[in-house]
Amino acid sequence: MPPGLGETPAAPAPADPAPGRSRIDPLAAFYLGLPFVALLAVPLYDRRDPTLFGFPFFYWYQLAWVPLTSGLIYLAARRRA
Amino acid sequence: MTLATAVFLACLLGVSGLGFAAARWRRPASLDHLEEWGLGGRNFGAWITWFLIGGDFYTAYTVIAVPALVYATGAFGFFALPYATILYPIAYAVMPALWRQAAEFGAVTAADLARIRHGHAGLELAVAITGILATMPYIALQLVGMQAAIRALGIAGDWPLIAAFLILAIYTYSAGLRAPALIAIVKDVMIWLAVALALSLVPLRLGGYAHVFAAAAAGLKPGGLLLKPGQMLPYATLALGSALAAFFYPHTLTAVLAARSDETIRRNAIALPFYSAILGLIALLGYVAHAAALHPANANLVVPLLFTRYFSGGIAGFALAAIAIGALVPAAVMSIGAANLYTRNIHARLRPGLTPAAQARIARRASLVVKLGALMAIILLPTRYAIDLQLLGGVAILQTLPALVLGLLPHATPSGRVLLAGWAVGLATGIGLAWATALSPVIPIAGTGLYIGLVALAANAIVVASGRVALA
Repeated sequence: MPPGLGETPAAPAPADPAPGRSRIDPLAAFYLGLPFVALLAVPLYDRRDPTLFGFPFFYWYQLAWVPLTSGLIYLAARRRA
Repeated sequence: MTLATAVFLACLLGVSGLGFAAARWRRPASLDHLEEWGLGGRNFGAWITWFLIGGDFYTAYTVIAVPALVYATGAFGFFALPYATILYPIAYAVMPALWRQAAEFGAVTAADLARIRHGHAGLELAVAITGILATMPYIALQLVGMQAAIRALGIAGDWPLIAAFLILAIYTYSAGLRAPALIAIVKDVMIWLAVALALSLVPLRLGGYAHVFAAAAAGLKPGGLLLKPGQMLPYATLALGSALAAFFYPHTLTAVLAARSDETIRRNAIALPFYSAILGLIALLGYVAHAAALHPANANLVVPLLFTRYFSGGIAGFALAAIAIGALVPAAVMSIGAANLYTRNIHARLRPGLTPAAQARIARRASLVVKLGALMAIILLPTRYAIDLQLLGGVAILQTLPALVLGLLPHATPSGRVLLAGWAVGLATGIGLAWATALSPVIPIAGTGLYIGLVALAANAIVVASGRVALA
């Protein structure tokens, strides 16, 4: 170990770095979890049909989930208010 | 000099001027403090943060390499899109709390946070070294993106790359994070225009998307437009593992910590997917290249060739400049992130009692060294090394996740010693697997495969969980 590193005094760990924020809102968690299910369950969308504007399903489905994810995060954020 | 080259140079010179002017932009009393030089005063609002992260995460290498992968491999290369989508629920859930912790204790780097929360100097050093080593090849890859743009102009030799990087190094030295933040606004708008230009080819010259997909299906191996059953798990695990790592790189974390508030970050988690939609369209340029019947010697040239083939010199020069400038923003932030790590978590630990001004001075010099190293690597070594090291970098960054994420929990966390052991086991697992697969990101298992970074993270998590039980 290089000199100095061993005797480095640790900064005090915060007793509670985020007081009152450890509650998890189930509905917000649902909104945030949905994109994972939709995009990681690949067999769900690894298909050609139906096509949209010439895009096979595989492509337009994943592109559609970009604005959907943004909207879901917005809904989760609104739950804070 | 061709018109394309003239426009290209004019764009780069204009942006360099902006970089130097950035030192005066939102000028603090003094730049001689690491929070000013290295975090822009921790004062970027929602818009600037949006441009900065957009300019920093969606790099020139992305614009070059993602379409190149889609061009060469088809559907599998598209994993960048689900990756860049599920990234944002993760960012929304984790980054505001990380920001609050950093702001409360004056942390500038991920390794600062590891020290503050776990009080372990070895863990701090591990996080710092991981970040620096993961960043260096990433900077080198930005140069690969820039090189592709310069080659497409027909300029031979390395001198344009060296010149651009020297100018970048000087204005980053003087203005710190303010320079890439200001340039990112110009870079992002230029990239949008360039992508819009390239996409305009589809209806105007290439017969619409149905034809583009048909041409790609003909150009790729049969079935290349969809994933084969065995590719699905590698696709999903690569997307998930990359998304988990993305905001823990020094360059993305630096941009996050530079935000004004946790609310700024939340708003950005909602607004940043806009860039991912553009990324999806950029990825499809790989198929557009099939429809255009481009047959580049090197797949990295597909996007630059689309511009030089179909557009007049001036427009092509503008679009190629967008790619080159797209390399400068992330390269600047990456070098700042790595310099912050070196200064705060290595240099300052060896020489305690450094003044803030001394820290800022050391970080400025370190940013020069980091960029110079990346430049030498790309000029002297085969590009393959940078790509392989970048893969290992992602695997390594993932191993810092437990320390940083568990440190956010309000209740008791595993000790620093346990987290360090998890990091070491995860890293060893990841390197071992990378060696076993001859540096492929996916380890084959039972007819399918898994992203090695995620397997290594699982090993890390098992150590942390069992260490916690053993010590309880």
